[in-house]
Amino acid sequence: MAIKRPKSHTFAIGLLGWAIACWVFFPIAWMALTSFKTEVDAIATPPQFIFRPSLASYHEVFARANYWHFTLNTVAISLGATIVALALSVPAAYAMAFIPSQRTRGTLLWMLSTRMLPPVGVLVPIYLLARNTHLLDTLTGLGIVDMLTNLPIIVWMLFTFFREVPAPILEAGRMDGASRWQEMTLVLLPLALPGIASTALLSIILCWNESFWSLNLTSSQAAPLAAFIASFSSPEGLFFGKLSAASTLAVAPILVFGWFSQKQLVRGLTFGAVK
Amino acid sequence: MTTAARTGRVDRAGLAMLSPAVVILLIWSIVPLVMTLWYSFRNYNLVDPTLHGFAGIDNYRYLLTDPDFITSLINTLVLVAGVLFVSVGIGTLLAVLYDQEFFGRGIARVLVISPFFVMPTVAALVWKNLMLHPIYGVYSSMMRAVGLTPVDWLQQFPMATVMMIVAWEWLPFSVLILLTAVQSLDSEQKEAARMDGAGPVARFRYIIVPHLARAITVVIMIETIYLLTIFAEISVTTAGGPGVASTNLAFLIYARALLQFDVGGASAGGMAAIVIANIVAVFLVRAVARNLEV
Amino acid sequence: MATVELRDIRKTYLKDEIIKGVSLTIEDREFVVFVGPSGCGKSTLLRMIAGLEDITAGDLLIDGRRVNDVEPAKRGLAMVFQSYALYPHMDVYKNMEFGLKLAGMPASERSAKIRDVARILQLEPYLHHKPGQLSGGQRQRVAIGRAIVRNPKVFLFDEPLSNLDAALRGQMRVELATLHRRLNATTIYVTHDQVEAMTMADKIVVLQGGVVEQVGSPLELYHHPRNLFVAKFIGSPPMNFIPVVVETSSTESVTVRLPDETFLDVPVDGSNTPAGTALTLGIRPEHVALDEPGLAGQVEIVERLGAATLFHIRLRDGQLLVAQSDGAADHPLDSGVSVGLPPRHCHLFGADGLALAAHARHPLLA
Ligand SMILES: Nc1ncnc2c1ncn2[C@@H]1O[C@H](COP(=O)(O)OP(=O)(O)OP(=O)(O)O)[C@@H](O)[C@H]1O
Ligand SMILES: [Mg+2]
Repeated sequence: MAIKRPKSHTFAIGLLGWAIACWVFFPIAWMALTSFKTEVDAIATPPQFIFRPSLASYHEVFARANYWHFTLNTVAISLGATIVALALSVPAAYAMAFIPSQRTRGTLLWMLSTRMLPPVGVLVPIYLLARNTHLLDTLTGLGIVDMLTNLPIIVWMLFTFFREVPAPILEAGRMDGASRWQEMTLVLLPLALPGIASTALLSIILCWNESFWSLNLTSSQAAPLAAFIASFSSPEGLFFGKLSAASTLAVAPILVFGWFSQKQLVRGLTFGAVK
Repeated sequence: MTTAARTGRVDRAGLAMLSPAVVILLIWSIVPLVMTLWYSFRNYNLVDPTLHGFAGIDNYRYLLTDPDFITSLINTLVLVAGVLFVSVGIGTLLAVLYDQEFFGRGIARVLVISPFFVMPTVAALVWKNLMLHPIYGVYSSMMRAVGLTPVDWLQQFPMATVMMIVAWEWLPFSVLILLTAVQSLDSEQKEAARMDGAGPVARFRYIIVPHLARAITVVIMIETIYLLTIFAEISVTTAGGPGVASTNLAFLIYARALLQFDVGGASAGGMAAIVIANIVAVFLVRAVARNLEV
Repeated sequence: MATVELRDIRKTYLKDEIIKGVSLTIEDREFVVFVGPSGCGKSTLLRMIAGLEDITAGDLLIDGRRVNDVEPAKRGLAMVFQSYALYPHMDVYKNMEFGLKLAGMPASERSAKIRDVARILQLEPYLHHKPGQLSGGQRQRVAIGRAIVRNPKVFLFDEPLSNLDAALRGQMRVELATLHRRLNATTIYVTHDQVEAMTMADKIVVLQGGVVEQVGSPLELYHHPRNLFVAKFIGSPPMNFIPVVVETSSTESVTVRLPDETFLDVPVDGSNTPAGTALTLGIRPEHVALDEPGLAGQVEIVERLGAATLFHIRLRDGQLLVAQSDGAADHPLDSGVSVGLPPRHCHLFGADGLALAAHARHPLLA
């Protein structure tokens, strides 16, 4: 197994590992900490590590904006976009992985390249299209756009997972009389479930944190948490406590979700780069 | 013979399964593109309806002769290259570090990857206010504590600071992927190299780095996609300033379109962004095709 | 009740022709084995019969009906894959049930059938185990069971035993042979294991580069190989080959000059081989007669297998010849020996690789 090394080395490595981890995590920890301070404590210099915790900032945030409205919007958009994207990409990835043709490779790379289309390049037309179809500031509108931006990556991830399923198992299904549809739903999907789960996780995280379209295509009705937080950043005076409380509220659900699904997520994130 | 099993004539079922995704992506990639192209040749201002009609290449001429455009173009590329450099370089080292056995490694790893789950607006706000604020920021206090004068980072080093924030967001992603790749390196191979007398540096250089090639490709590709279009971080921290010092192409177009309501000019900028993205995409897709046997 | 007929079957991938026109008739209840070197197209041919690969050209008939465009499941076949290809998420029972369920068989009937097959294959204790919990041999049996329950007209096997260890392979071989006798179904079996081919087949099809080299019973192939390729491919240790030149020839026999300038009269049809033609003489190791008058040489290696002994003999002209003798035969290393080549066991192959027709058939084939 692991190469043996002296105790002092292990200690030094541990120290370094923890130091870097703490430094990287510090802004998040500090944000959470500040959210429990009063506005006065929040801007105290030097910064205070020990203070009397207060929920004042949270009370104010909840009083000022309907947090649950934004959160529900975010959940609805993330889940909706993910489900629709999966429904479109599972058959596509299945076809590319198991019914390849000369064009498969090109198709996959083309899909990826559409992802490189900069959103800002097409902001104006998408904005105008959304406005003209009355999808501006609607869950459907933002959901569709989020779904489309993630679709290529989801297809690619599913493709790499599906390719790991041995073709003979699907062929056995065909010999047993399964139609394409049954082959996909009864044989492939149960086998690729872990991969599909990690794909869904990634898609949810990407949708949750998507800011560009969220800020530009919604205003109030369908505004997700990315817009919620933006409303606390307006330079009407700095309120570190409120800002931290709002930020913590916006980030906490997906952060906890990410921590718990970390193992599953990593499988998917490697995009078949790790054998 | 595994996946290529059913090659041959065009499979109708395969086509039927593939086409919904393909058609929808085709529409998604072509319709807005054509519209952008159309607007880019028009006079079109949302607040000034008297200004309309065909503009010829005026929008492009303004754009290309605009010094802001060149600055933002350079900023875009610097941002992408700088962050990629940091996240791949440091990411590789961190991946090796967190592959080592030490106390509480699991928790340390979770802490390191956490920024990946933080939305860009929050990341930018926290860094701008809680960390780097010249008076109340933690970093400023620390500098005062050791006798230095705090710096207004976002005013004095806008690009570098934005890059630092973006790198903080994306480093975890590369650590996550590269760590998985390092872990998949079979330990017998490392031990064999050790038996051959390879020191830690040689092992890193000749065993680990080559093994990571595919994973690094993935990191570069995914990150480039996102880095080319960095927007929220700039909008929240510097609003592109001071002047246009930290304006990238995405922000420039945004400023044109939504702040100055100049749809024609913004569309010309959009076309420029698309062209650049496509140039980058060509290289990236080549690298992916080569490294990932898709 | 099933015959399978291939009429000039071809397969092209992109531009490469992999199967170059195979015609073959497989009788009802016959056990046919496809053998050939790796990459010769055995699996491809089998998969075309199964319906997993499109047939580029030619006709495939099962029971006289053209099935080129019939779905795999509707061809009345069952296939056992080399990797078993069991459904990992289903237990043994469900694995066997899957096909029956899709075919719409009522539950009670399914259950009866599966239990019947499980009994035959001694799988009853494992019906509710997942494939991951089974040993290699048990998985193999489940794969076979999954094929049997569907009551197919034709069984297809693609190297089903190649993932098993030697002992288990021997055991499963016997089980498969027994099963075939019991089920009496037409079977097509791909392998590159000589022993499997020789022991199980009613008929062996030797393939090379997408072409059928010879079709025949195991002994037919062994004793009367049609050409040099089959002669080399069938038999272990392989046949010895010695370059010779025709001295005189007639329809009755061919007299050839051996490398040591002695002559040998082989009873084959020499009507197309005038004096001076270069031929290849082939003789199996067990037919090489030690200590009989003939070629002189020196013992270089002795391999004692117990029941038999293999002597590798270096001939005067530098060529190595393998002679098989009984386990007790004793010739010390480096000792000089003389080896006889009994003419009735000698094969002659022309420059085109084809064998000259022998006059006498092997007694078992007569
Ligand atoms: N999908 C494919 N695309 C292109 N060529 C293929 C494909 N499948 C098989 N081939 C080629 O067809 C030839 C025959 O392959 P096949 O798998 O039938 O060989 P085989 O006789 O079964 O070999 P083995 O004993 O190794 O299993 C090989 O040269 C192989 O490279
Ligand atoms: Mg094969």
